[in-house]
Amino acid sequence: MRRISWGTALIFAGLLAFMVAAVGADVFASNDPLRQSLLLRLRPPGTATATAYFPLGTDDLGRDLLARILYGARASLMVAALSVSVSLLVGVTLGLMAGWFGGWVSIIAMRAVDTMLSIPAILLAVLTVAVLGPGFFNLVLVLGLTRWPRYTRVAYAQTLQVAALPYVRAAEMAGCGPGRILLRHVLPNIAGPLMVVATSEFGLMILFEASLSFLGLGIQPPYPSWGSIMSVGRQYVVRAWWLTAFPGACLFGVVLCVNLFGDWLRDRVDPRSQGR
Amino acid sequence: MPELKSRLLQALIAIFGVLTIVFFIMRLSGDPTLLLVPDGATAEQIAALRHALGFDRPLLVQYGAYLLDLARLDLGESLVQHAPVAGIVAERIPYTMALAGGALLVALGVGLPAGLAMAVWRGTWLERALAGFVLAGQSLPTFWSGLLMILFFGVYLGWLPTSGSDDLASLVMPSVALGAITMSSFARMTRIAVLDELSRDYVAAGRARGLSYGAVILRHVLRNAAIPVVTIAALEVGNLLAGAVIVETVFAWPGIGQLAIQSIASRDFLVVQTIVLFVSMVYISMNLLADLAYGVIDPRIRRDR
Repeated sequence: MRRISWGTALIFAGLLAFMVAAVGADVFASNDPLRQSLLLRLRPPGTATATAYFPLGTDDLGRDLLARILYGARASLMVAALSVSVSLLVGVTLGLMAGWFGGWVSIIAMRAVDTMLSIPAILLAVLTVAVLGPGFFNLVLVLGLTRWPRYTRVAYAQTLQVAALPYVRAAEMAGCGPGRILLRHVLPNIAGPLMVVATSEFGLMILFEASLSFLGLGIQPPYPSWGSIMSVGRQYVVRAWWLTAFPGACLFGVVLCVNLFGDWLRDRVDPRSQGR
Repeated sequence: MPELKSRLLQALIAIFGVLTIVFFIMRLSGDPTLLLVPDGATAEQIAALRHALGFDRPLLVQYGAYLLDLARLDLGESLVQHAPVAGIVAERIPYTMALAGGALLVALGVGLPAGLAMAVWRGTWLERALAGFVLAGQSLPTFWSGLLMILFFGVYLGWLPTSGSDDLASLVMPSVALGAITMSSFARMTRIAVLDELSRDYVAAGRARGLSYGAVILRHVLRNAAIPVVTIAALEVGNLLAGAVIVETVFAWPGIGQLAIQSIASRDFLVVQTIVLFVSMVYISMNLLADLAYGVIDPRIRRDR
Protein backbone atom coordinates (compact mmCIF):
# COMPACT_ATOMS: atom_id res chain seq x y z
CA MET A 1 0.00 0.00 0.00
CA ARG A 2 1.46 3.25 -1.11
CA ARG A 3 1.21 6.28 1.09
CA ILE A 4 -1.24 8.84 -0.16
CA SER A 5 -0.03 12.42 -0.17
CA TRP A 6 -1.95 15.33 1.27
CA GLY A 7 -2.72 16.61 -2.19
CA THR A 8 -4.26 13.33 -3.23
CA ALA A 9 -6.27 13.16 -0.04
CA LEU A 10 -7.61 16.63 -0.81
CA ILE A 11 -8.73 15.51 -4.28
CA PHE A 12 -10.58 12.55 -2.80
CA ALA A 13 -12.16 14.80 -0.19
CA GLY A 14 -13.35 17.16 -2.89
CA LEU A 15 -14.89 14.39 -4.96
CA LEU A 16 -16.46 12.85 -1.88
CA ALA A 17 -17.98 16.21 -0.91
CA PHE A 18 -19.48 16.52 -4.39
CA MET A 19 -21.03 13.05 -4.22
CA VAL A 20 -22.35 13.53 -0.69
CA ALA A 21 -23.84 16.92 -1.62
CA ALA A 22 -25.49 15.41 -4.68
CA VAL A 23 -26.88 12.32 -2.98
CA GLY A 24 -27.92 14.05 0.22
CA ALA A 25 -29.24 17.25 -1.34
CA ASP A 26 -32.60 16.91 0.38
CA VAL A 27 -30.94 16.38 3.77
CA PHE A 28 -28.60 19.37 3.59
CA ALA A 29 -30.94 21.87 1.94
CA SER A 30 -33.03 23.57 4.58
CA ASN A 31 -35.32 25.17 1.99
CA ASP A 32 -37.25 23.83 -0.98
CA PRO A 33 -35.18 24.66 -4.13
CA LEU A 34 -38.35 25.32 -6.15
CA ARG A 35 -40.17 27.46 -3.62
CA GLN A 36 -40.45 31.04 -4.82
CA SER A 37 -40.86 34.07 -2.69
CA LEU A 38 -41.03 37.22 -4.75
CA LEU A 39 -40.67 39.45 -1.70
CA LEU A 40 -37.20 37.97 -1.14
CA ARG A 41 -35.77 38.41 -4.65
CA LEU A 42 -32.00 38.71 -5.13
CA ARG A 43 -31.14 38.85 -1.42
CA PRO A 44 -27.40 38.71 -0.68
CA PRO A 45 -25.73 35.80 1.14
CA GLY A 46 -26.52 35.59 4.82
CA THR A 47 -30.04 36.93 4.57
CA ALA A 48 -32.26 35.76 7.43
CA THR A 49 -35.98 36.17 7.86
CA ALA A 50 -38.23 35.17 10.71
CA THR A 51 -38.86 31.76 9.17
CA ALA A 52 -35.91 30.99 6.88
CA TYR A 53 -32.17 31.50 6.52
CA PHE A 54 -30.46 31.90 3.13
CA PRO A 55 -26.70 31.35 3.64
CA LEU A 56 -25.88 31.95 -0.03
CA GLY A 57 -28.68 34.41 -0.77
CA THR A 58 -31.61 34.06 -3.15
CA ASP A 59 -32.11 34.13 -6.92
CA ASP A 60 -34.34 36.26 -9.15
CA LEU A 61 -37.48 34.45 -7.99
CA GLY A 62 -36.54 34.44 -4.32
CA ARG A 63 -35.46 30.79 -4.24
CA ASP A 64 -32.75 29.59 -1.84
CA LEU A 65 -29.44 29.54 -3.74
CA LEU A 66 -27.80 26.96 -1.45
CA ALA A 67 -30.66 24.52 -2.00
CA ARG A 68 -30.51 25.10 -5.74
CA ILE A 69 -26.76 24.50 -5.82
CA LEU A 70 -27.14 21.26 -3.87
CA TYR A 71 -29.88 19.99 -6.17
CA GLY A 72 -27.82 21.26 -9.11
CA ALA A 73 -24.98 19.00 -7.94
CA ARG A 74 -27.42 16.10 -8.08
CA ALA A 75 -28.43 16.96 -11.67
CA SER A 76 -24.79 17.33 -12.63
CA LEU A 77 -23.76 14.01 -11.10
CA MET A 78 -26.71 12.13 -12.58
CA VAL A 79 -26.24 13.48 -16.10
CA ALA A 80 -22.49 12.86 -16.01
CA ALA A 81 -22.72 9.34 -14.53
CA LEU A 82 -25.49 8.20 -16.85
CA SER A 83 -24.02 9.65 -20.02
CA VAL A 84 -20.55 8.29 -19.24
CA SER A 85 -22.14 4.85 -18.73
CA VAL A 86 -23.96 5.04 -22.06
CA SER A 87 -20.92 6.20 -24.01
CA LEU A 88 -18.64 3.72 -22.22
CA LEU A 89 -20.96 0.86 -23.19
CA VAL A 90 -21.26 1.94 -26.82
CA GLY A 91 -17.62 2.89 -27.27
CA VAL A 92 -16.07 -0.14 -25.59
CA THR A 93 -18.35 -2.59 -27.39
CA LEU A 94 -17.41 -1.08 -30.76
CA GLY A 95 -13.71 -0.94 -29.87
CA LEU A 96 -13.55 -4.54 -28.63
CA MET A 97 -15.33 -5.80 -31.73
CA ALA A 98 -13.18 -3.73 -34.07
CA GLY A 99 -10.00 -4.94 -32.38
CA TRP A 100 -11.03 -8.59 -32.31
CA PHE A 101 -12.69 -9.08 -35.67
CA GLY A 102 -10.57 -6.62 -37.64
CA GLY A 103 -11.32 -6.41 -41.37
CA TRP A 104 -14.33 -4.37 -42.41
CA VAL A 105 -15.66 -4.18 -38.84
CA SER A 106 -12.59 -2.23 -37.78
CA ILE A 107 -12.58 -0.11 -40.95
CA ILE A 108 -16.19 0.98 -40.44
CA ALA A 109 -15.79 1.50 -36.69
CA MET A 110 -12.61 3.55 -36.98
CA ARG A 111 -13.98 5.68 -39.86
CA ALA A 112 -17.06 6.35 -37.72
CA VAL A 113 -14.72 7.41 -34.89
CA ASP A 114 -12.85 9.82 -37.18
CA THR A 115 -16.12 11.29 -38.42
CA MET A 116 -17.60 11.77 -34.95
CA LEU A 117 -14.39 13.46 -33.83
CA SER A 118 -14.57 15.81 -36.82
CA ILE A 119 -17.68 17.51 -35.45
CA PRO A 120 -16.77 19.56 -32.39
CA ALA A 121 -18.58 17.89 -29.48
CA ILE A 122 -20.30 20.94 -28.09
CA LEU A 123 -21.76 21.88 -31.50
CA LEU A 124 -22.93 18.33 -32.13
CA ALA A 125 -24.64 18.32 -28.74
CA VAL A 126 -26.16 21.77 -29.32
CA LEU A 127 -27.60 20.73 -32.70
CA THR A 128 -28.97 17.42 -31.47
CA VAL A 129 -30.52 18.80 -28.30
CA ALA A 130 -32.05 21.63 -30.32
CA VAL A 131 -33.65 19.16 -32.73
CA LEU A 132 -34.86 16.68 -30.10
CA GLY A 133 -35.84 19.31 -27.56
CA PRO A 134 -34.13 19.91 -24.23
CA GLY A 135 -34.65 17.92 -21.05
CA PHE A 136 -32.89 15.51 -18.74
CA PHE A 137 -33.48 12.35 -20.77
CA ASN A 138 -32.48 13.86 -24.13
CA LEU A 139 -29.41 15.42 -22.53
CA VAL A 140 -28.16 12.04 -21.29
CA LEU A 141 -29.01 10.42 -24.61
CA VAL A 142 -27.22 13.06 -26.68
CA LEU A 143 -24.09 13.23 -24.52
CA GLY A 144 -23.98 9.44 -24.24
CA LEU A 145 -24.36 8.83 -27.96
CA THR A 146 -21.94 11.53 -29.11
CA ARG A 147 -19.04 10.98 -26.70
CA TRP A 148 -18.15 7.32 -27.37
CA PRO A 149 -15.31 7.67 -29.96
CA ARG A 150 -12.46 8.10 -27.47
CA TYR A 151 -13.33 4.83 -25.73
CA THR A 152 -13.49 3.07 -29.08
CA ARG A 153 -10.03 4.33 -30.00
CA VAL A 154 -8.46 3.19 -26.74
CA ALA A 155 -10.34 -0.12 -26.60
CA TYR A 156 -9.39 -0.87 -30.21
CA ALA A 157 -5.69 -0.18 -29.76
CA GLN A 158 -5.53 -2.09 -26.47
CA THR A 159 -7.50 -5.06 -27.79
CA LEU A 160 -5.13 -5.37 -30.74
CA GLN A 161 -2.21 -5.60 -28.30
CA VAL A 162 -3.86 -7.99 -25.86
CA ALA A 163 -5.36 -10.25 -28.52
CA ALA A 164 -1.87 -11.25 -29.66
CA LEU A 165 -0.82 -12.39 -26.16
CA PRO A 166 -0.42 -16.14 -25.52
CA TYR A 167 -3.08 -16.37 -22.81
CA VAL A 168 -5.73 -15.12 -25.21
CA ARG A 169 -4.62 -17.64 -27.82
CA ALA A 170 -4.81 -20.31 -25.12
CA ALA A 171 -8.35 -19.31 -24.22
CA GLU A 172 -9.28 -19.44 -27.87
CA MET A 173 -7.84 -22.93 -28.27
CA ALA A 174 -9.66 -24.05 -25.14
CA GLY A 175 -12.83 -23.30 -27.08
CA CYS A 176 -13.96 -19.93 -25.76
CA GLY A 177 -16.21 -17.95 -28.07
CA PRO A 178 -15.45 -14.32 -28.97
CA GLY A 179 -17.96 -12.98 -26.44
CA ARG A 180 -16.42 -14.87 -23.55
CA ILE A 181 -12.86 -14.05 -24.56
CA LEU A 182 -13.58 -10.35 -24.97
CA LEU A 183 -15.58 -9.93 -21.77
CA ARG A 184 -13.73 -12.32 -19.45
CA HIS A 185 -10.17 -12.20 -20.75
CA VAL A 186 -9.60 -9.03 -22.77
CA LEU A 187 -11.78 -6.45 -21.03
CA PRO A 188 -10.31 -6.88 -17.52
CA ASN A 189 -6.84 -6.34 -18.95
CA ILE A 190 -7.67 -3.15 -20.79
CA ALA A 191 -9.90 -1.68 -18.07
CA GLY A 192 -7.17 0.58 -16.66
CA PRO A 193 -6.66 2.86 -19.68
CA LEU A 194 -10.42 2.87 -20.25
CA MET A 195 -10.99 4.14 -16.70
CA VAL A 196 -8.53 6.97 -17.34
CA VAL A 197 -10.51 7.99 -20.41
CA ALA A 198 -13.80 7.63 -18.51
CA THR A 199 -12.54 9.93 -15.77
CA SER A 200 -11.57 12.69 -18.16
CA GLU A 201 -14.88 12.23 -19.98
CA PHE A 202 -16.72 12.47 -16.64
CA GLY A 203 -15.24 15.91 -16.08
CA LEU A 204 -16.11 16.93 -19.63
CA MET A 205 -19.69 15.70 -19.21
CA ILE A 206 -20.10 17.85 -16.10
CA LEU A 207 -18.83 20.82 -18.12
CA PHE A 208 -21.09 19.96 -21.08
CA GLU A 209 -24.16 19.64 -18.88
CA ALA A 210 -23.44 23.03 -17.31
CA SER A 211 -22.66 24.62 -20.69
CA LEU A 212 -25.80 23.32 -22.36
CA SER A 213 -27.92 24.33 -19.37
CA PHE A 214 -26.25 27.75 -19.49
CA LEU A 215 -27.32 28.03 -23.14
CA GLY A 216 -30.86 27.00 -22.18
CA LEU A 217 -30.57 23.59 -23.85
CA GLY A 218 -30.00 21.41 -20.79
CA ILE A 219 -31.94 20.97 -17.56
CA GLN A 220 -35.09 23.04 -17.93
CA PRO A 221 -36.49 25.52 -15.41
CA PRO A 222 -37.72 25.40 -12.73
CA TYR A 223 -35.33 22.52 -11.98
CA PRO A 224 -31.90 23.76 -10.90
CA SER A 225 -28.60 23.19 -12.68
CA TRP A 226 -25.33 25.02 -12.10
CA GLY A 227 -25.38 26.16 -15.71
CA SER A 228 -28.89 27.56 -15.67
CA ILE A 229 -28.34 29.34 -12.33
CA MET A 230 -25.36 31.07 -13.95
CA SER A 231 -27.34 32.03 -17.03
CA VAL A 232 -29.72 33.88 -14.70
CA GLY A 233 -26.64 35.22 -12.93
CA ARG A 234 -25.45 36.65 -16.23
CA GLN A 235 -28.59 38.82 -16.48
CA TYR A 236 -28.10 40.09 -12.93
CA VAL A 237 -24.31 40.14 -12.94
CA VAL A 238 -24.19 43.72 -11.64
CA ARG A 239 -26.84 43.35 -8.94
CA ALA A 240 -26.27 39.79 -7.73
CA TRP A 241 -22.71 38.52 -7.98
CA TRP A 242 -23.52 35.49 -5.79
CA LEU A 243 -25.66 33.91 -8.54
CA THR A 244 -22.53 33.64 -10.70
CA ALA A 245 -19.78 33.19 -8.15
CA PHE A 246 -21.05 30.24 -6.06
CA PRO A 247 -22.31 27.78 -8.70
CA GLY A 248 -19.28 28.60 -10.87
CA ALA A 249 -16.89 27.96 -8.01
CA CYS A 250 -18.56 24.58 -7.38
CA LEU A 251 -18.31 23.68 -11.05
CA PHE A 252 -14.67 24.74 -11.23
CA GLY A 253 -13.79 22.86 -8.04
CA VAL A 254 -15.47 19.64 -9.11
CA VAL A 255 -13.97 19.66 -12.60
CA LEU A 256 -10.55 20.45 -11.14
CA CYS A 257 -10.81 17.52 -8.72
CA VAL A 258 -11.96 15.18 -11.49
CA ASN A 259 -9.06 16.24 -13.72
CA LEU A 260 -6.54 15.82 -10.89
CA PHE A 261 -8.04 12.44 -10.06
CA GLY A 262 -7.63 11.52 -13.75
CA ASP A 263 -3.94 12.46 -13.66
CA TRP A 264 -3.45 10.45 -10.48
CA LEU A 265 -5.25 7.45 -11.99
CA ARG A 266 -3.15 7.67 -15.16
CA ASP A 267 0.06 7.61 -13.14
CA ARG A 268 -1.17 4.51 -11.30
CA VAL A 269 -2.30 2.71 -14.46
CA ASP A 270 0.68 3.68 -16.61
CA PRO A 271 3.77 4.36 -14.48
CA ARG A 272 5.71 5.51 -17.56
CA SER A 273 3.55 8.60 -17.77
CA GLN A 274 4.56 9.71 -14.26
CA GLY A 275 5.26 13.38 -13.99
CA ARG A 276 4.24 14.05 -17.54
CA MET B 1 2.93 11.14 -52.83
CA PRO B 2 0.91 8.14 -51.62
CA GLU B 3 0.78 9.63 -48.13
CA LEU B 4 -0.91 12.82 -49.35
CA LYS B 5 -3.43 10.79 -51.33
CA SER B 6 -4.47 8.62 -48.41
CA ARG B 7 -4.75 11.65 -46.14
CA LEU B 8 -6.95 13.43 -48.67
CA LEU B 9 -9.11 10.33 -48.98
CA GLN B 10 -9.45 10.16 -45.19
CA ALA B 11 -10.51 13.80 -45.09
CA LEU B 12 -13.07 13.21 -47.84
CA ILE B 13 -14.54 10.25 -45.95
CA ALA B 14 -14.75 12.39 -42.82
CA ILE B 15 -16.52 15.20 -44.73
CA PHE B 16 -18.98 12.73 -46.21
CA GLY B 17 -19.54 11.22 -42.77
CA VAL B 18 -20.20 14.62 -41.20
CA LEU B 19 -22.73 15.50 -43.92
CA THR B 20 -24.48 12.18 -43.34
CA ILE B 21 -24.60 12.52 -39.56
CA VAL B 22 -25.98 16.07 -39.76
CA PHE B 23 -28.60 14.96 -42.31
CA PHE B 24 -29.89 12.27 -39.99
CA ILE B 25 -29.75 14.42 -36.86
CA MET B 26 -31.98 16.98 -38.59
CA ARG B 27 -34.50 14.17 -39.16
CA LEU B 28 -34.31 12.69 -35.65
CA SER B 29 -37.46 14.49 -34.56
CA GLY B 30 -39.44 12.74 -37.32
CA ASP B 31 -40.57 15.73 -39.36
CA PRO B 32 -37.93 18.32 -40.27
CA THR B 33 -40.67 20.63 -41.60
CA LEU B 34 -41.63 21.37 -38.00
CA LEU B 35 -38.07 22.60 -37.34
CA LEU B 36 -38.27 25.11 -40.16
CA VAL B 37 -41.72 26.67 -39.92
CA PRO B 38 -42.10 29.89 -37.98
CA ASP B 39 -44.26 29.71 -34.87
CA GLY B 40 -48.00 29.86 -35.44
CA ALA B 41 -48.15 28.26 -38.90
CA THR B 42 -51.40 26.49 -39.81
CA ALA B 43 -51.60 22.81 -40.73
CA GLU B 44 -52.14 23.67 -44.41
CA GLN B 45 -49.10 25.95 -44.46
CA ILE B 46 -47.00 23.20 -42.91
CA ALA B 47 -48.24 20.63 -45.43
CA ALA B 48 -47.57 23.01 -48.33
CA LEU B 49 -44.08 23.72 -47.03
CA ARG B 50 -43.37 20.03 -46.51
CA HIS B 51 -44.22 19.45 -50.16
CA ALA B 52 -42.29 22.50 -51.38
CA LEU B 53 -39.15 21.44 -49.51
CA GLY B 54 -39.52 17.83 -50.61
CA PHE B 55 -39.79 16.39 -47.10
CA ASP B 56 -42.65 14.13 -48.30
CA ARG B 57 -40.27 12.25 -50.58
CA PRO B 58 -38.53 8.99 -49.55
CA LEU B 59 -35.59 9.49 -47.20
CA LEU B 60 -32.98 8.31 -49.69
CA VAL B 61 -34.21 10.74 -52.35
CA GLN B 62 -34.02 13.55 -49.80
CA TYR B 63 -30.51 12.48 -48.88
CA GLY B 64 -29.42 12.54 -52.53
CA ALA B 65 -30.98 15.97 -53.06
CA TYR B 66 -29.29 17.26 -49.89
CA LEU B 67 -25.86 16.10 -51.05
CA LEU B 68 -26.44 17.53 -54.54
CA ASP B 69 -27.46 20.91 -53.12
CA LEU B 70 -24.40 21.02 -50.89
CA ALA B 71 -22.14 19.99 -53.78
CA ARG B 72 -23.43 23.07 -55.62
CA LEU B 73 -22.84 25.07 -52.40
CA ASP B 74 -26.58 25.72 -52.19
CA LEU B 75 -27.25 25.85 -48.46
CA GLY B 76 -30.89 26.79 -48.78
CA GLU B 77 -32.97 29.74 -47.76
CA SER B 78 -33.89 30.75 -44.23
CA LEU B 79 -37.65 30.69 -43.82
CA VAL B 80 -37.42 32.97 -40.81
CA GLN B 81 -35.28 35.72 -42.30
CA HIS B 82 -36.24 35.16 -45.96
CA ALA B 83 -32.63 35.32 -47.08
CA PRO B 84 -30.03 32.80 -48.28
CA VAL B 85 -28.52 30.98 -45.31
CA ALA B 86 -25.00 31.24 -46.72
CA GLY B 87 -25.15 35.03 -46.55
CA ILE B 88 -26.56 35.10 -43.03
CA VAL B 89 -23.74 32.92 -41.74
CA ALA B 90 -20.97 34.51 -43.83
CA GLU B 91 -21.80 37.92 -42.36
CA ARG B 92 -20.93 36.66 -38.86
CA ILE B 93 -17.82 34.63 -39.70
CA PRO B 94 -15.33 37.56 -39.50
CA TYR B 95 -16.37 38.23 -35.89
CA THR B 96 -15.75 34.62 -34.87
CA MET B 97 -12.46 34.60 -36.74
CA ALA B 98 -11.34 37.73 -34.89
CA LEU B 99 -12.31 36.12 -31.58
CA ALA B 100 -10.56 32.83 -32.41
CA GLY B 101 -7.50 34.81 -33.53
CA GLY B 102 -7.43 36.77 -30.28
CA ALA B 103 -7.81 33.58 -28.26
CA LEU B 104 -5.03 31.87 -30.21
CA LEU B 105 -2.80 34.87 -29.55
CA VAL B 106 -3.51 34.66 -25.80
CA ALA B 107 -3.00 30.89 -25.82
CA LEU B 108 0.31 31.02 -27.69
CA GLY B 109 1.58 34.10 -25.90
CA VAL B 110 1.03 32.61 -22.45
CA GLY B 111 1.12 28.88 -23.15
CA LEU B 112 4.44 28.65 -24.97
CA PRO B 113 6.56 30.61 -22.43
CA ALA B 114 4.81 28.81 -19.58
CA GLY B 115 5.52 25.40 -21.10
CA LEU B 116 9.12 26.30 -21.81
CA ALA B 117 9.66 27.60 -18.29
CA MET B 118 8.09 24.47 -16.82
CA ALA B 119 10.53 22.29 -18.75
CA VAL B 120 13.66 24.37 -18.18
CA TRP B 121 13.08 24.97 -14.47
CA ARG B 122 11.82 21.45 -13.84
CA GLY B 123 11.38 20.52 -10.19
CA THR B 124 11.48 24.08 -8.88
CA TRP B 125 8.71 26.08 -7.22
CA LEU B 126 8.24 27.93 -10.51
CA GLU B 127 7.24 24.71 -12.28
CA ARG B 128 4.78 23.84 -9.54
CA ALA B 129 3.23 27.30 -9.64
CA LEU B 130 2.92 27.23 -13.41
CA ALA B 131 1.52 23.67 -13.32
CA GLY B 132 -1.21 24.88 -10.98
CA PHE B 133 -1.93 27.79 -13.30
CA VAL B 134 -2.15 25.48 -16.32
CA LEU B 135 -4.38 23.04 -14.49
CA ALA B 136 -6.71 25.86 -13.44
CA GLY B 137 -6.90 27.10 -17.02
CA GLN B 138 -7.84 23.62 -18.15
CA SER B 139 -10.66 23.22 -15.63
CA LEU B 140 -12.15 26.73 -15.90
CA PRO B 141 -15.61 26.74 -17.43
CA THR B 142 -15.39 29.53 -20.04
CA PHE B 143 -18.73 31.02 -19.08
CA TRP B 144 -17.69 31.31 -15.45
CA SER B 145 -14.31 32.89 -16.11
CA GLY B 146 -16.04 35.15 -18.61
CA LEU B 147 -18.65 36.29 -16.10
CA LEU B 148 -16.01 36.79 -13.38
CA MET B 149 -13.98 38.98 -15.71
CA ILE B 150 -17.08 41.00 -16.61
CA LEU B 151 -17.74 41.42 -12.91
CA PHE B 152 -14.19 42.47 -12.03
CA PHE B 153 -12.76 44.32 -15.05
CA GLY B 154 -16.04 45.50 -16.52
CA VAL B 155 -18.24 46.34 -13.56
CA TYR B 156 -15.90 46.82 -10.58
CA LEU B 157 -12.88 48.42 -12.23
CA GLY B 158 -14.69 49.67 -15.33
CA TRP B 159 -11.62 49.14 -17.52
CA LEU B 160 -13.17 47.10 -20.30
CA PRO B 161 -16.58 47.03 -21.98
CA THR B 162 -18.77 44.22 -20.61
CA SER B 163 -20.24 43.14 -23.95
CA GLY B 164 -20.68 44.01 -27.58
CA SER B 165 -18.21 44.47 -30.41
CA ASP B 166 -17.60 48.20 -30.70
CA ASP B 167 -13.82 48.30 -30.57
CA LEU B 168 -10.71 46.26 -29.97
CA ALA B 169 -11.04 46.59 -26.20
CA SER B 170 -14.24 44.55 -26.25
CA LEU B 171 -12.28 41.68 -27.80
CA VAL B 172 -9.90 41.37 -24.84
CA MET B 173 -12.05 39.55 -22.28
CA PRO B 174 -13.71 37.10 -24.71
CA SER B 175 -10.27 36.21 -26.09
CA VAL B 176 -8.85 35.50 -22.65
CA ALA B 177 -11.91 33.43 -21.63
CA LEU B 178 -11.84 31.40 -24.84
CA GLY B 179 -8.06 31.05 -24.94
CA ALA B 180 -7.59 29.68 -21.41
CA ILE B 181 -8.19 26.01 -22.21
CA THR B 182 -6.09 26.17 -25.38
CA MET B 183 -3.37 27.91 -23.41
CA SER B 184 -3.26 24.91 -21.07
CA SER B 185 -2.87 22.39 -23.86
CA PHE B 186 -0.13 24.51 -25.47
CA ALA B 187 1.73 24.73 -22.18
CA ARG B 188 1.47 20.97 -21.62
CA MET B 189 2.57 20.15 -25.15
CA THR B 190 5.45 22.61 -25.09
CA ARG B 191 6.66 21.26 -21.76
CA ILE B 192 6.70 17.66 -22.99
CA ALA B 193 8.28 18.58 -26.33
CA VAL B 194 11.04 20.66 -24.69
CA LEU B 195 11.73 17.95 -22.08
CA ASP B 196 12.06 15.39 -24.88
CA GLU B 197 14.55 17.59 -26.70
CA LEU B 198 16.56 18.56 -23.60
CA SER B 199 17.54 14.92 -23.05
CA ARG B 200 19.09 14.60 -26.50
CA ASP B 201 22.77 14.42 -27.30
CA TYR B 202 22.92 17.62 -29.31
CA VAL B 203 22.13 19.63 -26.18
CA ALA B 204 25.19 18.20 -24.43
CA ALA B 205 27.20 18.66 -27.64
CA GLY B 206 26.21 22.29 -27.86
CA ARG B 207 27.11 22.87 -24.23
CA ALA B 208 30.48 21.10 -24.77
CA ARG B 209 31.18 23.40 -27.70
CA GLY B 210 30.89 26.27 -25.27
CA LEU B 211 27.39 27.52 -26.04
CA SER B 212 25.49 28.85 -23.08
CA TYR B 213 22.45 26.92 -21.90
CA GLY B 214 20.19 29.76 -23.02
CA ALA B 215 21.71 29.79 -26.51
CA VAL B 216 21.26 26.03 -26.91
CA ILE B 217 17.62 26.33 -25.93
CA LEU B 218 16.88 29.35 -28.10
CA ARG B 219 18.72 28.19 -31.19
CA HIS B 220 18.31 24.42 -31.19
CA VAL B 221 15.84 23.08 -28.67
CA LEU B 222 12.99 25.47 -29.50
CA ARG B 223 13.26 24.80 -33.20
CA ASN B 224 12.87 21.05 -32.70
CA ALA B 225 10.26 21.34 -29.99
CA ALA B 226 8.12 23.53 -32.24
CA ILE B 227 7.14 20.62 -34.46
CA PRO B 228 4.56 18.88 -32.27
CA VAL B 229 3.33 22.23 -30.99
CA VAL B 230 2.56 23.56 -34.47
CA THR B 231 0.38 20.56 -35.24
CA ILE B 232 -1.52 21.06 -31.99
CA ALA B 233 -2.07 24.71 -32.93
CA ALA B 234 -3.87 23.72 -36.12
CA LEU B 235 -6.14 21.32 -34.26
CA GLU B 236 -6.94 23.89 -31.59
CA VAL B 237 -8.41 26.31 -34.14
CA GLY B 238 -11.34 23.92 -34.57
CA ASN B 239 -11.84 23.73 -30.81
CA LEU B 240 -11.75 27.51 -30.53
CA LEU B 241 -14.51 27.88 -33.14
CA ALA B 242 -16.66 25.41 -31.20
CA GLY B 243 -15.94 27.04 -27.85
CA ALA B 244 -17.05 30.35 -29.37
CA VAL B 245 -20.68 29.18 -29.02
CA ILE B 246 -20.51 29.72 -25.28
CA VAL B 247 -18.11 32.66 -25.05
CA GLU B 248 -20.04 34.65 -27.65
CA THR B 249 -23.24 34.10 -25.71
CA VAL B 250 -21.62 35.39 -22.50
CA PHE B 251 -20.19 38.53 -24.10
CA ALA B 252 -22.92 39.15 -26.71
CA TRP B 253 -20.23 38.91 -29.39
CA PRO B 254 -21.96 38.79 -32.80
CA GLY B 255 -20.18 35.77 -34.29
CA ILE B 256 -21.49 32.44 -35.57
CA GLY B 257 -21.72 30.98 -32.06
CA GLN B 258 -24.18 33.60 -30.92
CA LEU B 259 -25.97 33.23 -34.27
CA ALA B 260 -26.35 29.47 -33.68
CA ILE B 261 -27.99 29.97 -30.29
CA GLN B 262 -30.22 32.79 -31.60
CA SER B 263 -31.22 30.63 -34.55
CA ILE B 264 -32.24 27.77 -32.26
CA ALA B 265 -34.44 30.20 -30.35
CA SER B 266 -36.00 31.54 -33.56
CA ARG B 267 -36.29 27.98 -34.95
CA ASP B 268 -34.06 28.76 -37.93
CA PHE B 269 -32.52 25.31 -38.18
CA LEU B 270 -30.99 25.63 -41.62
CA VAL B 271 -28.71 28.31 -40.16
CA VAL B 272 -27.73 25.99 -37.28
CA GLN B 273 -27.07 23.16 -39.73
CA THR B 274 -24.88 25.42 -41.87
CA ILE B 275 -22.84 26.55 -38.86
CA VAL B 276 -22.24 22.96 -37.73
CA LEU B 277 -21.19 21.99 -41.25
CA PHE B 278 -18.93 25.03 -41.58
CA VAL B 279 -17.09 24.46 -38.29
CA SER B 280 -16.70 20.76 -39.05
CA MET B 281 -15.22 21.53 -42.46
CA VAL B 282 -12.74 23.98 -40.91
CA TYR B 283 -11.88 21.32 -38.33
CA ILE B 284 -11.26 18.65 -40.96
CA SER B 285 -9.17 20.97 -43.14
CA MET B 286 -7.10 22.01 -40.13
CA ASN B 287 -6.49 18.34 -39.31
CA LEU B 288 -5.33 17.73 -42.85
CA LEU B 289 -3.19 20.85 -42.81
CA ALA B 290 -1.59 19.81 -39.52
CA ASP B 291 -0.66 16.39 -40.91
CA LEU B 292 0.82 17.87 -44.05
CA ALA B 293 2.65 20.63 -42.17
CA TYR B 294 4.21 17.98 -39.98
CA GLY B 295 5.98 16.49 -42.97
CA VAL B 296 7.07 19.90 -44.28
CA ILE B 297 8.50 21.14 -41.00
CA ASP B 298 10.20 17.90 -40.02
CA PRO B 299 12.29 16.36 -42.82
CA ARG B 300 12.84 13.20 -40.76
CA ILE B 301 9.18 12.30 -41.06
CA ARG B 302 9.18 12.79 -44.82
CA ARG B 303 12.05 10.36 -45.19
CA ASP B 304 10.57 7.77 -42.86
CA ARG B 305 7.34 7.54 -44.78
